[in-house]
Amino acid sequence: MFAFANPKRFMDASSALLPWLVAATALTLGAGVVLGFLAPPDYQQGDTVKIMFLHVPAAWTAMMAYGLLAATSLVSLVWRHPLSDVAAKAAAPLGAVFTLLGLITGSLWGRPMWGAYWVWDARLTSFLLLLFLYLGYIALWNAIEDEARAARAAAILALLGAVNLPVIEFSVDWWNTLHQGESIFRAGGPRISGVFLWPLALSGVGYTLLFFTLWTVRIRTEILERRARSLLLGVVS
Amino acid sequence: MIGALLFRDIRLATRAGGSAALALAFFAAVATLVPLGVGVDLRLLLRVAAGVLWVAAVLAALLSLDRLFQSDFEDGSLDVIALSPLPLETIAAAKIAAHWLTTGLPLTFLSPVLGIMFGLPPAAIGVLTLSLAIGTPAVSALGAIGAALTMSIRRGGLILPLLVLPLLAPAVIFGAGAVQAAIDGLSSGALLFLAAFAVATTLLSPFAAGAAVRLNLAG
Repeated sequence: MFAFANPKRFMDASSALLPWLVAATALTLGAGVVLGFLAPPDYQQGDTVKIMFLHVPAAWTAMMAYGLLAATSLVSLVWRHPLSDVAAKAAAPLGAVFTLLGLITGSLWGRPMWGAYWVWDARLTSFLLLLFLYLGYIALWNAIEDEARAARAAAILALLGAVNLPVIEFSVDWWNTLHQGESIFRAGGPRISGVFLWPLALSGVGYTLLFFTLWTVRIRTEILERRARSLLLGVVS
Repeated sequence: MIGALLFRDIRLATRAGGSAALALAFFAAVATLVPLGVGVDLRLLLRVAAGVLWVAAVLAALLSLDRLFQSDFEDGSLDVIALSPLPLETIAAAKIAAHWLTTGLPLTFLSPVLGIMFGLPPAAIGVLTLSLAIGTPAVSALGAIGAALTMSIRRGGLILPLLVLPLLAPAVIFGAGAVQAAIDGLSSGALLFLAAFAVATTLLSPFAAGAAVRLNLAG
C-alpha cells in the first residue's frame, strides 16, 4: 500500500495502467450493450426489462464507490497514507453521479413496472440517503479551507455514513419493500435466466471498470493540481 | 469537572442570548404554521401529526447545534477547556448532555401541548412525549458530531443540516412510526428500535465528536 504513497510512482504506474483500463472498460461495456440489445423481451415486462442493464450496475457501483470511500478514509485516518485522502476526495463526485444515475434509471423503470416514479420504501429511501451522504461529504470538503483539516473531517464523516451501506443492502430483507429482493447472489443460485444474466454481468463489470478508470484519472488530476498549486506558491513566495 | 463544564454550557444556553428559548419558539412556530398551510381539518392534522411534530422537533433541536463548539472555538475557550485533564471525548459528551438538557428536554415537555393542537388522542400524546424523550438525545449526539466537524467553517451552520439529517433518518422514521402506531391503536416495536438507535448513538458519538474536535484544535 505504501509502495504507491510516492505520488510520482503512482503517476507512473497509473499512466501505464490507464490505457488497459480504458480498453477493458470499452470492451466490457460494449459487449454488455450489444448483448443487452440482443436479449429478448421479458414475458412480463417486455422491452423495459433492459433498463435493468443500466440501473442495477449503476446502483452496485454507487454502493461500491461508497465502500471504497469509507475504506480510503479509514486508511487516511489510521495510517496517514498521503494519497488516500486524494483518492477519497476523487471518489466522492463519481459515487454521487452513479447514485444519481441509479435513482433516475430506477425511477424510469418503476413507472412501467410499479406504476409510480417513486415510492418511499426502504431500499429507495436508503439509496436516496446515500446521495445526500455523498453531497454532504463533498460539501464538507469544499467548505473547509485547510486541505489537511478538510481531509480528516471528511474522513470522519465518510466513516459515519458507512453505516448506511448494510442498511441499503439488507433493506429488502428487513422491511416489506416493493423493490426486488436479492435475485442473483442467493443460496439457490441466480433466479435470472442466462440470456439476461450475461448482459447484466458484463454491464456490471463494465460499470466497475468505468468507475476505476475515471477514478484513476481524477486522482491523477488532483495530484497534478496540487503540484501546480505548490509550484505557484513557490513562485509567489 | 464534568459538572462544571455541564453547568457552564447550561447556563450559557438558558441565558437571554442562548438557544433554549429559541428551540421552543421554533417548535411552536412550525407546529402553528403547518395547520395554517395544510388546512384546519383535524382529521387531516391527525394523519400528519406524528411526522410533522417529529420533524419540527428535530429541526428545532438542530437550530442551535452549529454554535455548540463554534462559539468556544472562536474565542479560544475551547483551547483552554481542551487543556484540562478531561479527555476530549468527555468534553464532547458533556456538551451533548448540556445541549439535550437545554433543547431536547424542553421540546419534549412542550410536545403534549402541541399534540393536543393536532388532535392527538391521549395514548398517542404519551407515546409522542416518550418517543421524543428517547429520540432527542440521538439528535443532540449526532448533531454534535456535525457541529464538531464544521466548527472551523464560517457559516458552518448552513452545511450542518446536510451532514446530520441523513444520519437522523432512523430517529424520525422510528419516532414518528411509534406515534402513528399509537394513533392507529396498533402495537409496534418502533420505540424499541428508537431506543436502540438512541443508546448506540449517544454512547458512540462522543468518540467521533472528540476526534473531530481534536483535528480542529490541532490545525
